[in-house]
Amino acid sequence: MEKVLLKNIENPNSTDINEYKQAGGYKSLPKALALKPKEVIDDVKRAGLRGRGGAGFPVAMKWTFATADPKFPKYLLCNADEGEPGTFKDRPILEKNPHLLIEGMAISGYALGAEYGYIYLRGEYPAAKHILNRAISQAYEAGFLGDNIAGSGTRFHLAVHQGAGAYICGEETALIESLEGDKGQPRIKPPFPVNVGAFAKPTVVNNVETLSNLPYIIEIGGESYSKIGSPDCPGPKIYCVSGHVEKPGVYELPMGTSLRDIIYSHAGGIKGTRKLKAVIPGGISTPVLPPEKIDCPMDFVSMPKHGSMLGSGAVIVMDETVCLVKVCYRALRFFEHESCGKCTPCREGTGWLRKILGRIENGEGLEGDIDLLLAISSNMLGKTFCPLGDGAASVVQNFIKHFRPEFEEHIGARACTVR
Amino acid sequence: MFDEAAMKELREIREKYPSARAALLPALYVAQREFGWMSPEAYEAVSEMLGIPKAIARGVGTFYAMYKHRPEGRNIIQLCTNISCMILGAERLADFLKGRYGLEPGGTTPDGRFSLVIMECIGACGTAPAMLVNDDFYENLTEKYIEEILEKYR
Repeated sequence: MEKVLLKNIENPNSTDINEYKQAGGYKSLPKALALKPKEVIDDVKRAGLRGRGGAGFPVAMKWTFATADPKFPKYLLCNADEGEPGTFKDRPILEKNPHLLIEGMAISGYALGAEYGYIYLRGEYPAAKHILNRAISQAYEAGFLGDNIAGSGTRFHLAVHQGAGAYICGEETALIESLEGDKGQPRIKPPFPVNVGAFAKPTVVNNVETLSNLPYIIEIGGESYSKIGSPDCPGPKIYCVSGHVEKPGVYELPMGTSLRDIIYSHAGGIKGTRKLKAVIPGGISTPVLPPEKIDCPMDFVSMPKHGSMLGSGAVIVMDETVCLVKVCYRALRFFEHESCGKCTPCREGTGWLRKILGRIENGEGLEGDIDLLLAISSNMLGKTFCPLGDGAASVVQNFIKHFRPEFEEHIGARACTVR
Repeated sequence: MFDEAAMKELREIREKYPSARAALLPALYVAQREFGWMSPEAYEAVSEMLGIPKAIARGVGTFYAMYKHRPEGRNIIQLCTNISCMILGAERLADFLKGRYGLEPGGTTPDGRFSLVIMECIGACGTAPAMLVNDDFYENLTEKYIEEILEKYR
Protein backbone atom coordinates (compact mmCIF):
# COMPACT_ATOMS: atom_id res chain seq x y z
CA MET A 1 0.00 0.00 0.00
CA GLU A 2 1.34 3.44 -0.87
CA LYS A 3 1.85 5.67 2.13
CA VAL A 4 -0.75 8.35 2.61
CA LEU A 5 -0.33 9.67 6.14
CA LEU A 6 3.41 9.11 6.49
CA LYS A 7 4.13 9.96 2.85
CA ASN A 8 7.38 11.80 2.28
CA ILE A 9 8.34 11.92 5.97
CA GLU A 10 11.88 10.69 5.25
CA ASN A 11 12.43 13.94 3.35
CA PRO A 12 14.30 16.19 5.82
CA ASN A 13 12.36 19.23 4.53
CA SER A 14 8.97 17.52 4.60
CA THR A 15 7.50 20.25 6.83
CA ASP A 16 8.06 22.94 4.20
CA ILE A 17 5.07 23.98 2.11
CA ASN A 18 6.99 23.81 -1.17
CA GLU A 19 8.09 20.24 -0.53
CA TYR A 20 4.54 19.33 0.37
CA LYS A 21 3.22 20.90 -2.85
CA GLN A 22 5.96 19.22 -4.86
CA ALA A 23 4.76 15.86 -3.53
CA GLY A 24 1.24 16.62 -4.72
CA GLY A 25 -0.04 18.52 -1.68
CA TYR A 26 -2.72 21.24 -1.65
CA LYS A 27 -4.33 19.82 -4.78
CA SER A 28 -7.27 18.31 -2.93
CA LEU A 29 -8.32 21.57 -1.25
CA PRO A 30 -9.25 23.41 -4.51
CA LYS A 31 -10.90 20.22 -5.71
CA ALA A 32 -13.03 20.09 -2.57
CA LEU A 33 -13.83 23.81 -2.77
CA ALA A 34 -15.23 23.25 -6.26
CA LEU A 35 -17.75 20.81 -4.79
CA LYS A 36 -20.71 21.72 -2.61
CA PRO A 37 -20.06 21.14 1.13
CA LYS A 38 -22.73 18.44 1.13
CA GLU A 39 -20.93 16.66 -1.73
CA VAL A 40 -17.71 16.60 0.30
CA ILE A 41 -19.58 15.06 3.23
CA ASP A 42 -21.18 12.51 0.90
CA ASP A 43 -17.76 11.52 -0.38
CA VAL A 44 -16.48 11.08 3.18
CA LYS A 45 -19.55 8.96 3.85
CA ARG A 46 -18.81 6.79 0.80
CA ALA A 47 -15.23 6.49 2.02
CA GLY A 48 -16.53 5.00 5.28
CA LEU A 49 -14.01 7.02 7.29
CA ARG A 50 -14.15 6.40 11.03
CA GLY A 51 -12.57 8.58 13.69
CA ARG A 52 -9.02 7.48 14.52
CA GLY A 53 -8.92 8.84 18.06
CA GLY A 54 -10.11 5.57 19.57
CA ALA A 55 -13.89 5.44 19.38
CA GLY A 56 -14.15 4.81 15.63
CA PHE A 57 -17.24 6.98 15.21
CA PRO A 58 -18.32 7.48 11.56
CA VAL A 59 -16.95 10.88 10.55
CA ALA A 60 -19.66 11.80 8.01
CA MET A 61 -22.34 11.15 10.63
CA LYS A 62 -20.69 13.45 13.16
CA TRP A 63 -20.31 16.12 10.49
CA THR A 64 -23.93 15.79 9.41
CA PHE A 65 -25.11 16.36 13.01
CA ALA A 66 -23.04 19.55 13.18
CA THR A 67 -24.16 20.92 9.81
CA ALA A 68 -27.81 20.21 10.67
CA ASP A 69 -27.56 22.61 13.62
CA PRO A 70 -28.33 26.16 12.43
CA LYS A 71 -26.22 27.91 15.10
CA PHE A 72 -23.25 29.90 13.84
CA PRO A 73 -20.28 30.13 13.87
CA LYS A 74 -19.24 26.50 13.93
CA TYR A 75 -15.86 25.29 15.15
CA LEU A 76 -13.56 22.53 13.98
CA LEU A 77 -11.18 21.25 16.64
CA CYS A 78 -8.31 18.94 15.92
CA ASN A 79 -7.57 16.65 18.82
CA ALA A 80 -3.76 16.55 18.94
CA ASP A 81 -3.70 15.79 22.66
CA GLU A 82 -2.08 12.44 21.96
CA GLY A 83 -1.65 11.12 25.47
CA GLU A 84 -2.83 7.52 25.59
CA PRO A 85 0.27 5.70 26.85
CA GLY A 86 1.92 3.73 24.09
CA THR A 87 0.62 6.09 21.40
CA PHE A 88 2.92 8.02 19.09
CA LYS A 89 1.03 7.89 15.80
CA ASP A 90 0.02 11.55 15.52
CA ARG A 91 3.46 12.87 16.40
CA PRO A 92 5.01 11.99 12.99
CA ILE A 93 2.13 13.73 11.20
CA LEU A 94 2.45 16.81 13.43
CA GLU A 95 6.23 16.96 13.26
CA LYS A 96 6.84 15.77 9.70
CA ASN A 97 3.66 16.28 7.72
CA PRO A 98 1.92 19.35 9.18
CA HIS A 99 0.58 20.57 5.83
CA LEU A 100 -1.32 17.32 5.33
CA LEU A 101 -3.20 18.05 8.55
CA ILE A 102 -3.73 21.72 7.64
CA GLU A 103 -5.08 20.79 4.20
CA GLY A 104 -7.34 18.18 5.81
CA MET A 105 -8.64 20.75 8.28
CA ALA A 106 -9.31 23.33 5.56
CA ILE A 107 -11.29 20.73 3.61
CA SER A 108 -13.21 19.69 6.73
CA GLY A 109 -13.85 23.31 7.70
CA TYR A 110 -15.36 23.96 4.28
CA ALA A 111 -17.55 20.85 4.47
CA LEU A 112 -18.79 21.84 7.92
CA GLY A 113 -19.21 25.54 7.28
CA ALA A 114 -16.73 26.13 10.10
CA GLU A 115 -14.68 29.30 9.72
CA TYR A 116 -12.46 28.73 12.74
CA GLY A 117 -10.31 25.80 13.65
CA TYR A 118 -8.00 25.09 16.55
CA ILE A 119 -5.41 22.37 16.88
CA TYR A 120 -5.44 21.34 20.54
CA LEU A 121 -1.84 20.22 20.88
CA ARG A 122 -0.56 18.46 23.98
CA GLY A 123 1.94 20.48 26.00
CA GLU A 124 4.50 17.69 25.85
CA TYR A 125 5.07 18.22 22.10
CA PRO A 126 7.01 21.52 22.06
CA ALA A 127 8.74 20.75 18.77
CA ALA A 128 5.41 20.11 17.06
CA LYS A 129 4.15 23.48 18.27
CA HIS A 130 6.91 25.36 16.45
CA ILE A 131 6.56 23.22 13.34
CA LEU A 132 2.78 23.68 13.20
CA ASN A 133 2.98 27.43 13.78
CA ARG A 134 5.48 27.77 10.96
CA ALA A 135 3.39 25.60 8.63
CA ILE A 136 0.25 27.61 9.50
CA SER A 137 2.05 30.88 8.64
CA GLN A 138 3.16 29.39 5.33
CA ALA A 139 -0.38 28.25 4.57
CA TYR A 140 -1.71 31.75 5.31
CA GLU A 141 0.90 33.29 3.02
CA ALA A 142 0.07 30.84 0.26
CA GLY A 143 -3.64 31.59 0.62
CA PHE A 144 -4.70 28.13 1.85
CA LEU A 145 -5.86 29.67 5.14
CA GLY A 146 -7.48 33.04 5.73
CA ASP A 147 -10.50 34.98 4.50
CA ASN A 148 -10.43 33.71 0.93
CA ILE A 149 -8.93 30.24 0.85
CA ALA A 150 -7.57 29.18 -2.53
CA GLY A 151 -9.46 32.09 -4.10
CA SER A 152 -12.84 30.50 -3.34
CA GLY A 153 -14.33 33.18 -1.11
CA THR A 154 -14.42 30.68 1.77
CA ARG A 155 -12.94 31.64 5.15
CA PHE A 156 -10.97 29.32 7.35
CA HIS A 157 -8.75 30.45 10.17
CA LEU A 158 -6.55 28.12 12.14
CA ALA A 159 -4.51 28.41 15.35
CA VAL A 160 -2.65 26.10 17.71
CA HIS A 161 -3.89 25.88 21.30
CA GLN A 162 -1.34 24.27 23.56
CA GLY A 163 -2.51 21.99 26.35
CA ALA A 164 -0.64 21.87 29.63
CA GLY A 165 -0.19 18.27 30.67
CA ALA A 166 -3.55 16.65 31.32
CA TYR A 167 -4.42 13.31 29.72
CA ILE A 168 -8.11 13.92 30.31
CA CYS A 169 -8.10 16.72 27.72
CA GLY A 170 -8.03 14.04 25.02
CA GLU A 171 -11.69 13.44 25.93
CA GLU A 172 -13.57 15.78 23.61
CA THR A 173 -15.69 17.68 26.12
CA ALA A 174 -12.71 18.10 28.47
CA LEU A 175 -10.74 19.34 25.46
CA ILE A 176 -13.41 21.95 24.83
CA GLU A 177 -13.39 23.04 28.48
CA SER A 178 -9.63 23.39 28.28
CA LEU A 179 -9.81 25.39 25.03
CA GLU A 180 -12.27 27.72 26.72
CA GLY A 181 -9.78 28.32 29.53
CA ASP A 182 -11.11 26.00 32.18
CA LYS A 183 -10.00 22.87 34.00
CA GLY A 184 -10.16 19.87 31.69
CA GLN A 185 -13.16 18.22 33.26
CA PRO A 186 -15.60 16.36 31.00
CA ARG A 187 -19.13 17.65 30.47
CA ILE A 188 -22.18 15.50 30.77
CA LYS A 189 -23.67 14.53 27.41
CA PRO A 190 -26.13 15.40 25.92
CA PRO A 191 -25.91 18.06 24.67
CA PHE A 192 -23.19 16.75 22.38
CA PRO A 193 -20.43 19.01 21.06
CA VAL A 194 -21.94 18.89 17.56
CA ASN A 195 -24.77 21.03 19.01
CA VAL A 196 -23.27 22.76 22.04
CA GLY A 197 -19.50 22.58 21.85
CA ALA A 198 -16.79 25.22 21.96
CA PHE A 199 -18.17 28.63 22.99
CA ALA A 200 -21.62 27.00 23.05
CA LYS A 201 -21.56 26.58 19.28
CA PRO A 202 -21.77 23.48 17.06
CA THR A 203 -18.32 21.91 17.20
CA VAL A 204 -16.67 18.96 15.56
CA VAL A 205 -13.71 17.38 17.32
CA ASN A 206 -11.66 15.06 15.11
CA ASN A 207 -8.32 13.37 15.68
CA VAL A 208 -5.12 14.36 13.81
CA GLU A 209 -4.99 11.09 11.88
CA THR A 210 -8.68 11.33 10.95
CA LEU A 211 -8.36 14.82 9.49
CA SER A 212 -5.14 13.87 7.70
CA ASN A 213 -7.10 11.30 5.67
CA LEU A 214 -9.24 13.99 4.02
CA PRO A 215 -6.90 15.12 1.23
CA TYR A 216 -6.48 11.53 0.07
CA ILE A 217 -10.22 10.82 0.15
CA ILE A 218 -10.83 13.88 -2.04
CA GLU A 219 -7.92 12.92 -4.29
CA ILE A 220 -8.99 9.36 -5.09
CA GLY A 221 -12.69 9.59 -4.23
CA GLY A 222 -14.60 7.94 -1.39
CA GLU A 223 -15.46 4.89 -3.48
CA SER A 224 -11.82 3.96 -4.14
CA TYR A 225 -10.80 4.84 -0.59
CA SER A 226 -13.43 2.47 0.81
CA LYS A 227 -11.64 -0.47 -0.86
CA ILE A 228 -8.52 -0.06 1.30
CA GLY A 229 -8.35 -2.39 4.30
CA SER A 230 -11.34 -3.65 6.29
CA PRO A 231 -14.69 -3.19 4.54
CA ASP A 232 -16.37 -2.03 7.78
CA CYS A 233 -13.76 0.59 8.61
CA PRO A 234 -11.58 1.22 5.59
CA GLY A 235 -8.51 3.30 5.00
CA PRO A 236 -4.88 3.42 5.98
CA LYS A 237 -4.07 3.16 9.70
CA ILE A 238 -0.97 4.10 11.61
CA TYR A 239 -0.05 1.41 14.10
CA CYS A 240 2.62 2.28 16.62
CA VAL A 241 4.56 -0.56 18.15
CA SER A 242 6.62 -0.30 21.33
CA GLY A 243 8.15 -2.58 23.94
CA HIS A 244 10.00 -5.83 23.34
CA VAL A 245 10.09 -6.02 19.54
CA GLU A 246 13.06 -5.93 17.22
CA LYS A 247 11.84 -2.90 15.28
CA PRO A 248 9.60 -0.63 17.33
CA GLY A 249 8.12 2.31 15.45
CA VAL A 250 5.19 3.56 13.38
CA TYR A 251 3.74 1.43 10.59
CA GLU A 252 1.16 2.73 8.16
CA LEU A 253 -0.80 -0.32 6.97
CA PRO A 254 -4.27 -1.10 5.67
CA MET A 255 -6.82 -0.99 8.47
CA GLY A 256 -7.48 -4.54 9.66
CA THR A 257 -3.93 -5.87 9.43
CA SER A 258 -3.71 -8.65 12.00
CA LEU A 259 -2.06 -8.01 15.35
CA ARG A 260 0.23 -10.98 14.74
CA ASP A 261 1.37 -9.56 11.39
CA ILE A 262 2.00 -6.16 12.90
CA ILE A 263 4.20 -7.66 15.60
CA TYR A 264 5.95 -10.39 13.63
CA SER A 265 5.98 -9.29 9.95
CA HIS A 266 6.40 -5.56 10.40
CA ALA A 267 7.95 -4.94 13.82
CA GLY A 268 10.38 -7.84 13.44
CA GLY A 269 8.99 -10.10 16.17
CA ILE A 270 10.00 -10.41 19.79
CA LYS A 271 13.41 -9.00 20.67
CA GLY A 272 16.12 -11.62 21.21
CA THR A 273 15.14 -15.16 22.08
CA ARG A 274 12.54 -14.49 24.73
CA LYS A 275 8.92 -15.49 24.57
CA LEU A 276 5.90 -13.23 24.14
CA LYS A 277 3.92 -12.83 27.34
CA ALA A 278 1.25 -10.19 26.71
CA VAL A 279 0.17 -7.51 24.26
CA ILE A 280 -1.79 -4.33 24.88
CA PRO A 281 -3.18 -3.69 21.40
CA GLY A 282 -4.51 -0.12 21.41
CA GLY A 283 -2.99 1.97 24.19
CA ILE A 284 -3.16 1.12 27.88
CA SER A 285 -6.91 1.67 28.22
CA THR A 286 -7.60 -1.27 25.90
CA PRO A 287 -7.86 -4.84 27.23
CA VAL A 288 -4.58 -6.78 27.39
CA LEU A 289 -4.34 -9.99 25.32
CA PRO A 290 -2.37 -13.18 25.98
CA PRO A 291 -0.13 -14.59 23.18
CA GLU A 292 -2.73 -17.10 21.94
CA LYS A 293 -5.20 -14.29 21.14
CA ILE A 294 -3.23 -12.13 18.74
CA ASP A 295 -4.71 -13.48 15.49
CA CYS A 296 -7.19 -10.67 15.23
CA PRO A 297 -7.72 -7.99 12.58
CA MET A 298 -6.79 -4.62 14.06
CA ASP A 299 -9.86 -2.56 13.28
CA PHE A 300 -12.72 -0.98 15.22
CA VAL A 301 -15.27 -3.69 14.39
CA SER A 302 -13.17 -6.85 14.74
CA MET A 303 -11.24 -6.14 17.94
CA PRO A 304 -14.27 -6.13 20.29
CA LYS A 305 -15.16 -9.59 18.92
CA HIS A 306 -11.69 -10.73 19.95
CA GLY A 307 -11.90 -9.40 23.47
CA SER A 308 -10.19 -6.07 23.11
CA MET A 309 -10.38 -2.75 21.22
CA LEU A 310 -8.45 -0.99 18.50
CA GLY A 311 -8.16 2.19 20.57
CA SER A 312 -5.37 4.31 19.17
CA GLY A 313 -3.61 1.37 17.51
CA ALA A 314 -0.79 1.59 20.05
CA VAL A 315 0.63 -1.92 20.37
CA ILE A 316 2.69 -2.48 23.54
CA VAL A 317 4.53 -5.80 23.40
CA MET A 318 5.75 -7.44 26.59
CA ASP A 319 8.07 -10.43 26.82
CA GLU A 320 8.35 -13.05 29.58
CA THR A 321 10.58 -10.92 31.80
CA VAL A 322 7.77 -8.45 32.47
CA CYS A 323 5.81 -8.57 35.72
CA LEU A 324 2.20 -7.98 34.76
CA VAL A 325 1.15 -7.07 38.29
CA LYS A 326 3.66 -4.27 38.09
CA VAL A 327 2.44 -3.18 34.65
CA CYS A 328 -1.13 -3.15 35.95
CA TYR A 329 0.00 -1.16 39.00
CA ARG A 330 1.83 1.34 36.79
CA ALA A 331 -1.23 1.73 34.58
CA LEU A 332 -3.40 2.49 37.63
CA ARG A 333 -0.84 4.95 38.96
CA PHE A 334 -1.28 6.72 35.63
CA PHE A 335 -5.07 6.71 35.79
CA GLU A 336 -5.06 7.93 39.38
CA HIS A 337 -2.72 10.78 38.44
CA GLU A 338 -4.82 11.73 35.41
CA SER A 339 -8.29 11.38 36.92
CA CYS A 340 -9.78 14.87 36.80
CA GLY A 341 -11.53 14.42 40.14
CA LYS A 342 -14.98 15.38 38.92
CA CYS A 343 -16.79 12.11 39.58
CA THR A 344 -16.41 9.91 42.64
CA PRO A 345 -16.12 6.39 41.15
CA CYS A 346 -13.10 7.41 39.10
CA ARG A 347 -11.45 9.77 41.59
CA GLU A 348 -11.69 7.33 44.51
CA GLY A 349 -11.65 4.09 42.53
CA THR A 350 -8.41 4.68 40.64
CA GLY A 351 -6.53 5.47 43.86
CA TRP A 352 -7.98 2.52 45.71
CA LEU A 353 -7.09 0.11 42.88
CA ARG A 354 -3.57 1.55 42.69
CA LYS A 355 -3.01 1.06 46.42
CA ILE A 356 -4.12 -2.58 46.36
CA LEU A 357 -2.04 -3.36 43.26
CA GLY A 358 0.94 -1.67 44.89
CA ARG A 359 0.72 -3.80 48.00
CA ILE A 360 0.39 -7.00 45.95
CA GLU A 361 3.47 -6.08 43.92
CA ASN A 362 5.38 -5.25 47.12
CA GLY A 363 4.66 -8.60 48.76
CA GLU A 364 2.00 -7.26 51.09
CA GLY A 365 -1.05 -8.51 49.23
CA LEU A 366 -3.88 -9.89 51.32
CA GLU A 367 -6.07 -12.90 50.86
CA GLY A 368 -9.15 -11.61 49.02
CA ASP A 369 -7.36 -8.71 47.33
CA ILE A 370 -8.08 -10.03 43.84
CA ASP A 371 -11.80 -10.22 44.55
CA LEU A 372 -11.64 -6.76 46.07
CA LEU A 373 -10.00 -5.43 42.89
CA LEU A 374 -12.75 -6.98 40.81
CA ALA A 375 -15.50 -5.63 43.07
CA ILE A 376 -14.12 -2.08 42.92
CA SER A 377 -13.68 -2.29 39.15
CA SER A 378 -17.22 -3.45 38.56
CA ASN A 379 -18.49 -0.60 40.72
CA MET A 380 -16.64 1.89 38.50
CA LEU A 381 -17.49 0.48 35.10
CA GLY A 382 -20.25 2.43 33.37
CA LYS A 383 -20.65 4.76 36.35
CA THR A 384 -18.27 7.55 35.41
CA PHE A 385 -18.70 10.77 33.41
CA CYS A 386 -16.19 9.78 30.77
CA PRO A 387 -14.24 6.75 29.55
CA LEU A 388 -11.20 7.38 31.79
CA GLY A 389 -12.80 5.55 34.71
CA ASP A 390 -14.03 2.76 32.45
CA GLY A 391 -10.53 2.39 31.03
CA ALA A 392 -9.00 2.08 34.50
CA ALA A 393 -11.55 -0.50 35.63
CA SER A 394 -11.27 -2.54 32.47
CA VAL A 395 -7.46 -2.65 32.68
CA VAL A 396 -7.69 -4.29 36.11
CA GLN A 397 -10.46 -6.69 35.04
CA ASN A 398 -8.62 -7.84 31.94
CA PHE A 399 -5.20 -8.29 33.55
CA ILE A 400 -6.88 -10.48 36.18
CA LYS A 401 -9.00 -12.29 33.59
CA HIS A 402 -6.00 -13.40 31.55
CA PHE A 403 -3.24 -13.52 34.15
CA ARG A 404 -4.93 -14.31 37.48
CA PRO A 405 -2.36 -16.95 38.51
CA GLU A 406 0.39 -14.32 38.45
CA PHE A 407 -1.59 -12.16 40.89
CA GLU A 408 -2.25 -15.21 43.10
CA GLU A 409 1.43 -16.17 43.11
CA HIS A 410 2.40 -12.68 44.22
CA ILE A 411 -0.02 -12.85 47.14
CA GLY A 412 0.94 -16.44 48.03
CA ALA A 413 4.69 -15.83 47.88
CA ARG A 414 4.35 -12.42 49.55
CA ALA A 415 6.74 -11.11 46.89
CA CYS A 416 7.01 -10.29 43.22
CA THR A 417 7.51 -13.64 41.52
CA VAL A 418 8.76 -12.39 38.14
CA ARG A 419 12.13 -10.90 39.04
CA MET B 1 3.21 43.13 35.78
CA PHE B 2 4.13 42.12 32.26
CA ASP B 3 6.56 44.21 30.26
CA GLU B 4 5.49 45.77 26.96
CA ALA B 5 6.81 42.92 24.78
CA ALA B 6 4.85 40.35 26.79
CA MET B 7 1.76 42.55 26.71
CA LYS B 8 1.98 42.73 22.93
CA GLU B 9 2.33 38.96 22.72
CA LEU B 10 -0.65 38.52 25.02
CA ARG B 11 -2.80 40.90 22.97
CA GLU B 12 -1.97 38.85 19.87
CA ILE B 13 -2.91 35.65 21.69
CA ARG B 14 -6.15 37.20 22.87
CA GLU B 15 -7.14 37.99 19.28
CA LYS B 16 -7.11 34.32 18.35
CA TYR B 17 -10.08 33.58 20.60
CA PRO B 18 -13.69 34.70 20.83
CA SER B 19 -13.38 35.20 24.61
CA ALA B 20 -10.69 36.48 26.99
CA ARG B 21 -11.15 33.41 29.14
CA ALA B 22 -10.03 31.13 26.28
CA ALA B 23 -6.68 32.91 26.25
CA LEU B 24 -6.04 31.79 29.83
CA LEU B 25 -3.93 28.68 29.16
CA PRO B 26 -1.59 30.40 26.68
CA ALA B 27 -1.41 33.45 28.98
CA LEU B 28 -0.35 31.22 31.88
CA TYR B 29 2.47 29.89 29.69
CA VAL B 30 3.63 33.43 28.98
CA ALA B 31 3.44 34.28 32.68
CA GLN B 32 5.43 31.19 33.62
CA ARG B 33 8.14 32.13 31.15
CA GLU B 34 8.23 35.77 32.29
CA PHE B 35 8.08 35.18 36.05
CA GLY B 36 10.00 31.87 36.10
CA TRP B 37 7.17 30.03 37.84
CA MET B 38 3.50 30.54 38.66
CA SER B 39 4.10 32.83 41.61
CA PRO B 40 1.31 34.91 43.18
CA GLU B 41 2.64 37.86 41.13
CA ALA B 42 2.37 35.80 37.93
CA TYR B 43 -1.28 35.03 38.65
CA GLU B 44 -1.91 38.65 39.51
CA ALA B 45 -0.49 39.75 36.14
CA VAL B 46 -2.55 37.21 34.17
CA SER B 47 -5.67 38.07 36.11
CA GLU B 48 -5.25 41.77 35.44
CA MET B 49 -4.38 41.38 31.77
CA LEU B 50 -7.34 39.16 30.94
CA GLY B 51 -9.81 40.51 33.46
CA ILE B 52 -10.27 37.11 35.07
CA PRO B 53 -10.52 36.68 38.88
CA LYS B 54 -7.27 35.47 40.44
CA ALA B 55 -9.01 32.54 42.13
CA ILE B 56 -10.26 31.31 38.76
CA ALA B 57 -6.86 31.71 37.10
CA ARG B 58 -5.18 29.85 39.96
CA GLY B 59 -7.83 27.14 40.05
CA VAL B 60 -7.29 26.45 36.37
CA GLY B 61 -3.51 26.78 36.53
CA THR B 62 -3.15 24.26 39.35
CA PHE B 63 -5.19 21.67 37.42
CA TYR B 64 -2.48 21.30 34.79
CA ALA B 65 0.83 19.52 35.38
CA MET B 66 2.93 21.82 33.22
CA TYR B 67 2.43 25.00 35.22
CA LYS B 68 5.03 25.02 37.99
CA HIS B 69 4.02 26.31 41.38
CA ARG B 70 7.43 26.74 42.90
CA PRO B 71 10.77 27.86 41.52
CA GLU B 72 12.42 25.13 39.45
CA GLY B 73 15.97 24.47 38.35
CA ARG B 74 17.39 26.13 35.24
CA ASN B 75 16.85 22.95 33.24
CA ILE B 76 13.89 20.65 33.67
CA ILE B 77 14.39 16.96 32.99
CA GLN B 78 11.10 15.26 32.22
CA LEU B 79 11.66 11.52 32.35
CA CYS B 80 8.89 9.20 31.17
CA THR B 81 8.29 6.11 33.31
CA ASN B 82 5.03 4.94 31.77
CA ILE B 83 4.72 1.35 30.61
CA SER B 84 6.65 1.34 27.30
CA CYS B 85 9.53 3.22 28.95
CA MET B 86 9.24 1.27 32.22
CA ILE B 87 9.65 -2.14 30.60
CA LEU B 88 12.75 -0.88 28.81
CA GLY B 89 14.48 0.37 31.94
CA ALA B 90 13.19 3.86 32.78
CA GLU B 91 13.19 3.14 36.52
CA ARG B 92 16.88 2.24 36.37
CA LEU B 93 17.45 5.63 34.75
CA ALA B 94 15.53 7.36 37.54
CA ASP B 95 17.80 5.57 40.03
CA PHE B 96 20.80 6.70 38.03
CA LEU B 97 19.70 10.35 38.14
CA LYS B 98 19.35 10.01 41.90
CA GLY B 99 22.72 8.32 42.39
CA ARG B 100 24.73 10.42 39.95
CA TYR B 101 23.12 13.85 40.37
CA GLY B 102 21.24 13.56 43.65
CA LEU B 103 17.99 14.21 41.78
CA GLU B 104 14.85 12.91 43.41
CA PRO B 105 11.57 12.92 41.47
CA GLY B 106 10.11 16.40 42.00
CA GLY B 107 13.44 17.64 43.33
CA THR B 108 16.06 20.15 42.25
CA THR B 109 19.84 19.94 42.50
CA PRO B 110 21.34 22.23 45.21
CA ASP B 111 23.09 24.30 42.50
CA GLY B 112 19.75 24.88 40.76
CA ARG B 113 21.02 23.31 37.55
CA PHE B 114 18.41 20.57 37.16
CA SER B 115 14.93 19.67 38.30
CA LEU B 116 13.47 16.23 37.70
CA VAL B 117 9.85 15.60 36.84
CA ILE B 118 8.58 12.05 36.39
CA MET B 119 6.30 12.15 33.37
CA GLU B 120 3.43 10.13 32.09
CA CYS B 121 3.69 9.12 28.43
CA ILE B 122 5.52 11.68 26.24
CA GLY B 123 4.78 9.94 22.93
CA ALA B 124 8.24 8.52 22.34
CA CYS B 125 7.30 4.89 23.06
CA GLY B 126 8.93 3.51 19.91
CA THR B 127 12.26 4.95 21.00
CA ALA B 128 11.90 4.24 24.71
CA PRO B 129 13.15 5.04 27.25
CA ALA B 130 12.80 8.76 26.60
CA MET B 131 12.91 12.16 28.25
CA LEU B 132 12.56 15.84 27.51
CA VAL B 133 15.15 18.30 28.72
CA ASN B 134 13.40 21.68 28.52
CA ASP B 135 11.95 21.56 24.97
CA ASP B 136 14.27 18.90 23.55
CA PHE B 137 13.38 15.23 23.07
CA TYR B 138 16.00 12.57 23.86
CA GLU B 139 15.29 8.95 23.05
CA ASN B 140 16.80 5.46 23.35
CA LEU B 141 18.36 6.54 26.64
CA THR B 142 21.13 4.79 28.53
CA GLU B 143 23.01 5.95 31.63
CA LYS B 144 26.00 6.94 29.52
CA TYR B 145 23.88 8.81 27.00
CA ILE B 146 22.12 10.75 29.78
CA GLU B 147 25.51 11.86 31.13
CA GLU B 148 26.49 13.12 27.66
CA ILE B 149 23.17 14.92 27.18
CA LEU B 150 23.20 16.65 30.54
CA GLU B 151 26.71 18.01 29.91
CA LYS B 152 25.08 20.35 27.39
CA TYR B 153 22.84 21.94 29.99
CA ARG B 154 24.42 24.30 32.48
